[in-house]
Amino acid sequence: MEPLAVLLSVPLAGSIALWLIGEREWAPEANAAVSFTTVAAAAWLAAGVIADGPATALDDQFFVDPLNVFLVTLTAFVGFTTSLFSGPYMRIEREKGRMTAGRLRLYHSMYQAFMFTMLLALTTNNMGILWVAMEAATLATVLLVSVYRTPASLEAAWKYFILCGVGIAQALFGTILLYFAAERVLGPQGDALLWTHLALVKTRLEPTIMSLAFVFLLVGYGTKVGLVPLHNWLPDAHAEGPTPISAVLSGLLLNVALYAVVRCKVLADGALASHFAGNLMMGFGLLSVVAAAFFLSRQRDVKRMFAYSSIEHMGLVAFAFGMGGPIANFAGLLHMTVHSLVKSAIFFAAGHAAQKAGTQVMEGIRGLLRVSPTVGWGLMIGTLAILGMPPFGVFASEFLILTTAMREHPWATPLLLLALGVAFAAIFGRVQPMVFGEGPLETLAYRPAVAPVFIHLGLALMLGLYIPPYLAAWYEQAARLLG
Amino acid sequence: MNPLAIQAVNLFASGLLLLAFAMLAQRRIVALINLFALQGVALVGSTATVAWATGQRHLYWSAAITLVLKVLLLPWILHRLIRRLNVKWDVETLINIPTMMLVGIFLVVFAFNLALPISEFSRSIARGTLGIALACVLMSFLMMITRSKAVPQVIGFLSMENGLFFAATSATYGMPMVVELGIALDVLVGMVILGVFLFQIREQFDSLDIHHLEKLKDE
Repeated sequence: MEPLAVLLSVPLAGSIALWLIGEREWAPEANAAVSFTTVAAAAWLAAGVIADGPATALDDQFFVDPLNVFLVTLTAFVGFTTSLFSGPYMRIEREKGRMTAGRLRLYHSMYQAFMFTMLLALTTNNMGILWVAMEAATLATVLLVSVYRTPASLEAAWKYFILCGVGIAQALFGTILLYFAAERVLGPQGDALLWTHLALVKTRLEPTIMSLAFVFLLVGYGTKVGLVPLHNWLPDAHAEGPTPISAVLSGLLLNVALYAVVRCKVLADGALASHFAGNLMMGFGLLSVVAAAFFLSRQRDVKRMFAYSSIEHMGLVAFAFGMGGPIANFAGLLHMTVHSLVKSAIFFAAGHAAQKAGTQVMEGIRGLLRVSPTVGWGLMIGTLAILGMPPFGVFASEFLILTTAMREHPWATPLLLLALGVAFAAIFGRVQPMVFGEGPLETLAYRPAVAPVFIHLGLALMLGLYIPPYLAAWYEQAARLLG
Repeated sequence: MNPLAIQAVNLFASGLLLLAFAMLAQRRIVALINLFALQGVALVGSTATVAWATGQRHLYWSAAITLVLKVLLLPWILHRLIRRLNVKWDVETLINIPTMMLVGIFLVVFAFNLALPISEFSRSIARGTLGIALACVLMSFLMMITRSKAVPQVIGFLSMENGLFFAATSATYGMPMVVELGIALDVLVGMVILGVFLFQIREQFDSLDIHHLEKLKDE
């Protein structure tokens, strides 16, 4: 498993190297180069899985199957484009005096450490290491959220640390219970927490223990997914941290946390032989969609508003996985992909817009199109895409989720449609004057990085119009794995 | 199974619960850190006893890690931190101790009820103690909610981890070694980051009162 070794060691070594490189002028390019190598390794790994099927490595401690290799590729790809965006963005922040040399050093080093923890969480086979990696992902980003050292950013980081810490402690208790159930079947050795081993004996796991374990795991990892009512940290952390971090938190970390929940759900479903786990996820998901939609209309800060939109979309994906079945799972995976791409594109555009206006408050951002058409169109098209307008991929996945819901859980459909409608009105009504309108905006010291925005939106457009056959086959395999 | 060992584990477990109550009621930061270190001692004691009684060799290692991390290293870091932050003699004023005790008792009853169906499946000698572990977790949670200063919140967080560790040794014979090492590393790194973070907060607000950290709200 050479590609796996490269995939994990590159960001880890990159994190250390970037700390040593420190404040050199070319550190952002070095950061992008590390991320590019990671993407190459991910592509290599994915090619291997497509050709040879699932594989394990290092005494079964790591494993790749269609489900996680797809998320690995997505994570590495968005990590790379975000590093391209972060170069110019952070140079402008430096020009404005918000970043210093020391803070940039911390930022670059922790950025790669964060990528490492997410890739580790995705590829590990050990449910305990999955927990360790999720906690480490929080630790890597907490100092990045507070990097501006403003009162608001410190508060956001403190909330993030404490709430996610408490949440993830629940997940640890869930993991202990899972081990407790597993050890009765697999015996008390190290491999009783290995997911592939657990999946083989999942029907023999004690249902009483597994149901309680799943509740704790869902609440714990659900805190990191940002499911309502455990979402309090999310809007603050997204709004107060630097924009590239908002993009990777929203586009990647939430996916990884949801991946952890889904892995646990597969085990719980096997043990319980009932729809208990799915019902819980549907409940949390639906609550998140509806609550977030109504919170959306009360936002004044642009990044905060799109953070609530992330809660809404994660709720939708959790709902889809909760319903289960090949179509809903396919839709959930597709929605995860397009949400990652579109939401990070929106954060890129919104970040540059906020830099031009000197504020994140939406009333202060006016007339983007006049001063900077690319950023303006990027924000507008991204917003339309995330709101589910055809022909973007979000439309396709939401359509699949809604039609499945209509067939299997008709009572939920009006709620979902209402929430999507409210979200549309809230977001579109606020973005429209930001893009069109008239207002004073400054020219930035460096050219804004708009290429990543349009690459992401282009991919989301492609996924809406045409899913390449190998990708579709891949989604279907992953969806089957989820049962 | 050695009945003496079972008694000893139960003794350590009740010590842990008692310490959790003491922490809930303790207003002074220095004393809180010492109580946390004592909790570590109780954990080491119970883990070592289980290791000795069952012959699970790897539990000696986790007892050793606990000794180094939770009895020596973390209390040392915390003591250093409060000295450097000048909050060593801070006393918290706004906690209603009798109410806290009552809520604590209620939590213990709740935890025992929740753990009852599960501990019946346990083959471990210390199965009666799963309820205590869960009670410790919930009480640390309560402590975090009610404290208004940053350092006691952090101690609450760490003591929650103690409760979880105890759950792992009492329900099963400890998690696999690689996981335990990972968790210990996370706790240590987390502590260091928190230390940095507390300095940042103090620099910004001139105080470690987290009431300053309640400004971000949705209008």
